[in-house]
Amino acid sequence: MSSTGTQIEVRGLEIGYGDFSVQHGLDFSIESGDIFVIIGGSGCGKSTLLRALFGLTRPKRGSILYRGEDFWEAPTAQRQRWMQRFGVLFQAGALWSSMTLAENIALPLGEYTDLSKAEIRDRASWVLSLVGLAGFEDFRPAEISGGMRKRAGLARAVALDPEILFFDEPSAGLDPLSSKRLDELILLLQETLGSTIVMVTHELASIFGIGTKALFLDAESHTQLALGSPAWLRDECPDPKVRNFLRRGENG
Amino acid sequence: MQPAFEVLVSRPSNESLCIRLAGTFESPGPAPDAAAALAAIDDEIRSIHFETNALRSWDSTLMAFLLKLVRSAEALGIAVELDALPSGARRLLALATAVPEADPARPEVAAHGKLARAGVRAAGAWVETQKVTTFVGEVALSVIKLVRGRARFRGGDVWRVIQEAGPSALPIVSLISFLVGLILAFVAAVQLQYFGAQIYVADLVALGMAREMGAMMTGIIMAGRTGAAFAAQLGAMTANEEIDALSTFGIPPIDFLVLPRMIALVAMMPLLVLYSDLVGILGGLVVGVTILDLNFAEYVNETRAALDLADFGTGLFKGAVYGVAIAVAGCLRGMQSGRSSAAVGEATTSAVVTAIVWIVLTSAALTLVYNVLGI
Repeated sequence: MSSTGTQIEVRGLEIGYGDFSVQHGLDFSIESGDIFVIIGGSGCGKSTLLRALFGLTRPKRGSILYRGEDFWEAPTAQRQRWMQRFGVLFQAGALWSSMTLAENIALPLGEYTDLSKAEIRDRASWVLSLVGLAGFEDFRPAEISGGMRKRAGLARAVALDPEILFFDEPSAGLDPLSSKRLDELILLLQETLGSTIVMVTHELASIFGIGTKALFLDAESHTQLALGSPAWLRDECPDPKVRNFLRRGENG
Repeated sequence: MQPAFEVLVSRPSNESLCIRLAGTFESPGPAPDAAAALAAIDDEIRSIHFETNALRSWDSTLMAFLLKLVRSAEALGIAVELDALPSGARRLLALATAVPEADPARPEVAAHGKLARAGVRAAGAWVETQKVTTFVGEVALSVIKLVRGRARFRGGDVWRVIQEAGPSALPIVSLISFLVGLILAFVAAVQLQYFGAQIYVADLVALGMAREMGAMMTGIIMAGRTGAAFAAQLGAMTANEEIDALSTFGIPPIDFLVLPRMIALVAMMPLLVLYSDLVGILGGLVVGVTILDLNFAEYVNETRAALDLADFGTGLFKGAVYGVAIAVAGCLRGMQSGRSSAAVGEATTSAVVTAIVWIVLTSAALTLVYNVLGI
């Protein structure tokens, strides 16, 4: 699964709804093996950008190149094939509420692999164990807590060994230990599967702990303010707003 | 309630205002009036300070007053000295004023004149029409995929909806149909009695139920019952990003969610309509035998003479078409729903209204077609 080089390249991207532009002038690239974090104040368009990257919201202008090919200009069938290599964890997990956890994981596996029912069941147990939910195969999303739903969502996202994983605030709403565990899991996935990871997060510990590259979006000027390693953004970024944000407003 | 506090505004010098706060400012008591204090400000005032020697206790009642005072004073360029305030109040105020009052940009259509509003509405109606047409087109494509055996959904879902939309609906369909049959018989009886032709009540009830009322009443019941349920389920799924999750896994939501519901409803509607027809005729029979003193066998014979298979067929076909309308309206509104609980409620309401409008329109159209074809 692992590959080298630039996975995603974004050029002159503008995103928004209707006539309303949330962000414009975005230029960055995500290399294979990166843990790319998107940060910025609430309402600055982080989730919208993520949705454009994994194929749910068509950008208003500009292009997203996926391995050198224009993602949004490609025919729908081609885009669908690319999207099968993505794993997405939504903010609240977005598990299908009428199915058990095992069925949630089995559905995409059944669609895209030739595994037998028993093998799919084993695979579901494996990914659920990975996120600390062994034994919850036959529970429905409504029967488990919000944090557990999120972890189950992660299990579903990684079940197909995706090339690129997109996380929308993975650790929001988790207790500190689960949050740490999740960070370790993300790192492990990145190392073992060679997945590229793109995530929106507010968790400073995650940003500095595992992030290799960070993009700062500004809610006021509606554009990117900084791009670089998280530590560089905190310590050396010329823009005081960015430094301030990453230090929680404390001057150091 | 008598306030337990006192706000005294005095003017120690020409350029300054002193606000003396005394007593307890606590919920659920009345709140001090900032406007009254602000009324004392004129062009010459340059600063405001407080006196709090007699201030005993306070909570948000006081803070709301202070914030309004400080914001208004700042807007007028007047300095406010907060030193005399309790330190807790001072810190809360500092926190509240740390971020200036924003004027958040919101994508909104500004209020223009009548003509512009009419234009915006017309454009909105056009967009809505496009959305509905697109959705209907997508459903049609899914049906074609289904016919070719390439649609992707779980058979179990179909059975679940069949259970919800079929057997579970029988009690309400029985009640309504029986009563509609009764009503038809009464209406007919009053007119036909003048001519001594009560026996034709049987014809009227039989034809009325089989051709129109059975399908119509079942359709309206199912729009309120099942159409609303579809909209609520799909609306909640939209709100919870479940539909987005399907799309990202490349599973078409229309195949996966709309098709099973539509198949189940189209399969169940004719059966429910047939059942409704029979129960309605039974209702007419009860009126005929008990109130109009008609003979049971006579009524049954008259009914059988009045009906032929085509009469039932027209009603059953209407029922199947209403099934499509209800399923499409419910799923469409559910998938269009916004991401809040209020939006899910609106989607449900809108689904029922849309379904009923479509039912009545298709009923009129089909009746016209039957008429022209002479069925």
